[in-house]
Amino acid sequence: MPSAPRTLFEKVWQRHEVVPETAAAPAVLYVDLHLVHEVTSPQAFTVLRERSLPVRRADLTLATLDHSTPTLTAQVFGGAPIAIESAARQVHEIERNCAEFGVELLGLRSAERGIVHIIGPELGLTQPGKTVVCGDSHTSTHGALGALAFGIGTTEVGHVLATQCLLQRKPRTLAVNVAGKLRPGVTAKDLILAIIGRLGVSGGAGHVIEYRGATIRALDMDERMTVCNMSIEAGARAGMIAPDETTYAYLAGRPRAPRGADWERSLAAWRELPGEPGARFDRELAIDADETEPMITWGTNPGMSVAVGSPIPAAGDALFERALAYMGFTAGQPIKDQPVNVVFVGSCTNARLSDLRSAAGLLRGRRIARGLTMLVVPGSQQVKRQAEAEGLDRVFLDAGAEWRESGCSMCIGMNGDVVARGQYAVSTSNRNFEGRQGSGARTLLASPLTAAASAVRGRVTDPRELL
Amino acid sequence: MQAFTTLTARTAVLAADNVDTDQIIPARFLTTTARTGLGAHLFADWRYDPAGRPRPEFVLNRPEAAGCGILVSGGNFGCGSSREHAPWALLDYGFRAVISTGIADIFRNNSLKNGLLPVIVDAATGAWLIAHPGIELTLDVPSTTLTLPEGRVVSFPLEPFARHCLQNGVDELGYLLGHRAAIGTFETRR
Ligand code: SF4
Repeated sequence: MPSAPRTLFEKVWQRHEVVPETAAAPAVLYVDLHLVHEVTSPQAFTVLRERSLPVRRADLTLATLDHSTPTLTAQVFGGAPIAIESAARQVHEIERNCAEFGVELLGLRSAERGIVHIIGPELGLTQPGKTVVCGDSHTSTHGALGALAFGIGTTEVGHVLATQCLLQRKPRTLAVNVAGKLRPGVTAKDLILAIIGRLGVSGGAGHVIEYRGATIRALDMDERMTVCNMSIEAGARAGMIAPDETTYAYLAGRPRAPRGADWERSLAAWRELPGEPGARFDRELAIDADETEPMITWGTNPGMSVAVGSPIPAAGDALFERALAYMGFTAGQPIKDQPVNVVFVGSCTNARLSDLRSAAGLLRGRRIARGLTMLVVPGSQQVKRQAEAEGLDRVFLDAGAEWRESGCSMCIGMNGDVVARGQYAVSTSNRNFEGRQGSGARTLLASPLTAAASAVRGRVTDPRELL
Repeated sequence: MQAFTTLTARTAVLAADNVDTDQIIPARFLTTTARTGLGAHLFADWRYDPAGRPRPEFVLNRPEAAGCGILVSGGNFGCGSSREHAPWALLDYGFRAVISTGIADIFRNNSLKNGLLPVIVDAATGAWLIAHPGIELTLDVPSTTLTLPEGRVVSFPLEPFARHCLQNGVDELGYLLGHRAAIGTFETRR
């Protein structure tokens, strides 16, 4: 009997089952790439040490520093101490752990360091068909290359370090089919905010999303990563996009991508990955890209968004009321022209070169509003160098913004970069939870274009007015 | 991991939906390299004002919350970041179980690995529990049931493997290490 047509997810899953799942036990799933960072790994290494276990496959493990790492040049390269003492300890701890267990660390001064979800693809380590995990929920980013990539907790980080495997129940599948063309000024960030608005913040729970359709095929890799990055904000385990010529062109020649005969072999295998015609998903959702507008969040979860030109909803439940109170907004008010104190361009959602180009394009020849603080934080040291080679740093500095070393920065506010209590920040990151960018901080999530336009005006602005 | 068979304890109720892990334990406390001590910072921004004084209106600051072992909350509890510091903080504070109509995937996984019991209930039971804070409940892992004070028994989903691990205090790492031979074969075969 011929087997039923399989989806991309099913193919990748099956190829990594060391032991298939049964009613009594979850599958033992093999991990091809394990990314490690300083915040969620210390306790995992402690477990290994307590049990005298080695790292099984140090060659499939790569560590970096991003979350609690400072972005001020003086603290990264200038010899100034890391201002937050506990963060400095965490940096030393991962240095010690990696040295002791033989794991490669892209350390504080490494030219390849960066946000964990930016460097995996950038180095060519993230590849179609791989399983990729990291102690971080935005590991879903790597699915843009056709990998099955998801976040795990610290106990599981220990499992992967010790066995290169995870115990997993097979998730369900959800196809998000996107048709139509994004209009000028509307970006991949707006698209994913619109999708999360439709699905809701728990709408993808228990599922792996596959983004499909002509709109997705037309996105470049940076944009696909922005989309897959925020899958977790709909509650999904992972997001994936089938690999195609765009993916292969992106990977070709990357420092850690396969070469020569290896490349040809890999390419042939990657071409087998896309789902077969007729493959069934557990659920499907249709999205029309033609209708998508520049989006912005007004509330305290990524599902609470509106088109920049539309008012905040007029009424809602207790959650709605609570979010409005926290944000200091009133029901039904326009979000456009809301005064802004801080603009942050950065994070694993929107700190790749094309994001910086898009923000710089709008800022060129302009200045940010008086009294506003703007932080531009490249996603990796390589993105930083590329941006500087193009003169983007000058555009940001001339506009009055700050230009930093790479890291998570204000996305998570645990590294010294924080939004002050009560202040409004238009941010290209992915979470607008209460206090995410600093205790009492108020976050409005948007695209790099909308962020740059809002920086110029000092108010929430539809970028199309300045294009 | 400590075995979890049965627990009888009072509830504390946090009525909000979508309580994310940034609320459970804000990021600025994640620079620790240990698992312990996080209970002091559990729900820090809701529990304390900017000057660090307890906010009297917050549920965990009320006298009746003292000694509660079960946290009842609204839907989609534990969404957001994968930080295992969230279940560590809840356990360190003294909670042994969380009840909600929906619990986010990664948080649920992390909880099970630390002996914090994630209990998912139907909407009616969830609403009833939220409306009756401080009641005493019995949670039983072998029968996967929750017993309400008036004796009504509600069952909750818990997959057999997770139940087995909780009940017997089985450590999953040990279980995975038991598959070393199969992992080796897989590695040579591909
Ligand atoms: S940039 Fe933000 S979301 Fe991305 S890994 Fe860092 S803290 Fe997490």
